[in-house]
Amino acid sequence: MADEFKQSRPNSRLPVLTPGHTFATVTDKISELVLTARTPRFWWIGFGVSFLLLQVMLISVAYLFAVGVGVWGINIPVGWGFAIINFIWWIGIGHAGTLISAILLLMRQNWRTSINRFAEAMTLFAVANAGLYPLLHLGRPWFAYYIFPYPNTMSLWPQFRSPLVWDMFAIATYATVSALFWYIGLIPDLATLRDRAGSNFGRHVYGMLAMGWRGSAIHWHRYQNAYFLMAALATPLVVSVHSIVGLDFAVSLIPGWHSTILPPYFVAGAVFSGFAMVMNLAILLRRFYRLEDFITLRHLDNMAKVMLAMGLFVAYGYLMENFTGWYSSDQYERFIYADRFTGVYGPAMWALMFHNVLVPQLFWFRRVRRSIPLLFLVAILINIGMWLERFMIVITSLHRDFLPSSWHIYIPTFWDWALFIGTLGLFFTMLFLFIRFLPVISIFEMRELVAEQEAHDE
Amino acid sequence: MMSKPRRIYDDQGRRIFGLMAEYDSSQAILQAVDLAYEKGYRKMDAYSPFPVEGLSEALGHRPGKLALVVLGGGIVGALVGYGMQYYASVIDYPLNVGGRPLHSWPMFIPITFEMTILFAAFAAVLGMFALNGLPQPYHPVFNVENFELATRSHFFLVIEVEDPWYDPEETLRFLEGTGATQVSEVPF
Repeated sequence: MADEFKQSRPNSRLPVLTPGHTFATVTDKISELVLTARTPRFWWIGFGVSFLLLQVMLISVAYLFAVGVGVWGINIPVGWGFAIINFIWWIGIGHAGTLISAILLLMRQNWRTSINRFAEAMTLFAVANAGLYPLLHLGRPWFAYYIFPYPNTMSLWPQFRSPLVWDMFAIATYATVSALFWYIGLIPDLATLRDRAGSNFGRHVYGMLAMGWRGSAIHWHRYQNAYFLMAALATPLVVSVHSIVGLDFAVSLIPGWHSTILPPYFVAGAVFSGFAMVMNLAILLRRFYRLEDFITLRHLDNMAKVMLAMGLFVAYGYLMENFTGWYSSDQYERFIYADRFTGVYGPAMWALMFHNVLVPQLFWFRRVRRSIPLLFLVAILINIGMWLERFMIVITSLHRDFLPSSWHIYIPTFWDWALFIGTLGLFFTMLFLFIRFLPVISIFEMRELVAEQEAHDE
Repeated sequence: MMSKPRRIYDDQGRRIFGLMAEYDSSQAILQAVDLAYEKGYRKMDAYSPFPVEGLSEALGHRPGKLALVVLGGGIVGALVGYGMQYYASVIDYPLNVGGRPLHSWPMFIPITFEMTILFAAFAAVLGMFALNGLPQPYHPVFNVENFELATRSHFFLVIEVEDPWYDPEETLRFLEGTGATQVSEVPF
């Protein structure tokens, strides 16, 4: 029976989990990474570099607060510079985590098991960065709370008809739900760490976080119910979040933005770039922590296929966007789409076509999907390409609006770059801390996978 | 302390919670639970390192109300979200923008949706905790040394002394006959 199954699906020859593992070995291997007293040298190096970059971010933010948003390259009419580009880029990266943990769970794709935990962590840290940007972009960030609907002495309410207010609700809900989902996913593993921690301190901290989890069958039953329901809630949520980000643009009247294609095309782009980031992180993790047994070529192969599909979605988005611009017969729309390819930012547009449309086509070839250096390289290129895409959307439409007298070029300044690089520092600092103190792979789901495999073999 | 008729103490006079049997596979514990249920035991619980399909049903647990709690949370969230926007835009601060309707319901949908998800998610997590009685800082099963394997590789069945069919010797014999690798008392 098992052999027939394998023959009918050639890909299933690549295992999701290298055979030979038992409940005990997967538990020990993964919890060992956290509970070991020795911190590996590469961790210190990686953490050190990230922490230094984090200081770059803190300095950039301090300088921004002291002087004002004038330190950035933004001007009139290009009021949305790096802050909004990076906001969209980060939140897009986050979306892959939710997609992997929620949508693939509902579709019973068991290969998600060894990558969902760190993908979810990636979501949280990416959303933290994304959430910072609009705040920093406010100009008067100390009034950020004005956007919250609270009864105040000014008798004012936020404008609920504005996508920017929707955005606040979407991002806040997304961050909260992602954190809850991540935490309940962690509880059984925290219990494992509690029971296996050598130090008294570790036992207490993990014990408190595990809330007294003891693996009762009835608890598991409700737990799984809750977990599936959360996944079912997170799935439409993730679509809504990037759609609302798309609406920030689509609801405006700016040429190149005022288009109904933006919400779905933003969602596809988000998943595309997010998977690229998960791919990069997965390759580094399995390499440095020797997790090749758990994150197998099957995972990388599947992720490459998802990226290929998403890349085609995105390419279709580019095609339709340009077609609608032309078909509208609106001279401003036609101008902006031509200007994207031929104007001052033309080279960036061609680069983005190369990164997002041409390069992912390599994933049609199995040899590329199974070659780790190529996978890593393509994923990096896609990350850059997706950043360029947001750059093109935000900047080109703004820098050439309706009146030539108000045209202006946007050039990012040193502080734009410093803050962007700094947010990478924040992201990786949090990621390194997560890797050191929490299990990077969901242990109980790996045990479930072992049980499934045993049942399958029989 | 209320006195309970079937409270049982061990040789040293320590109060015990029940008898714990240990198994090394999910099939073994499923079988043991089925046998115990057949025998009439009801006050029992099984512990496993991962969710074992059918185990809670075998213990006689009926599918719970969590889904209803989540549905309730979602409905409350939708009402709160929509109500907040309606109150702010129509009642408390009506703002005439080019003569457009104050009750512009399509524009209220995105926030209503987000609030629905937010409340439903909180209902799912808090509801699961509440029904499971977590956080629970202390539970007698942790007094058994081997129980730390419940989060690693082993499966446990505990029959509590509160069960009407519980009998120190009878139950011990029964558990030993279910394929358990080890049976031990659970002290309070």
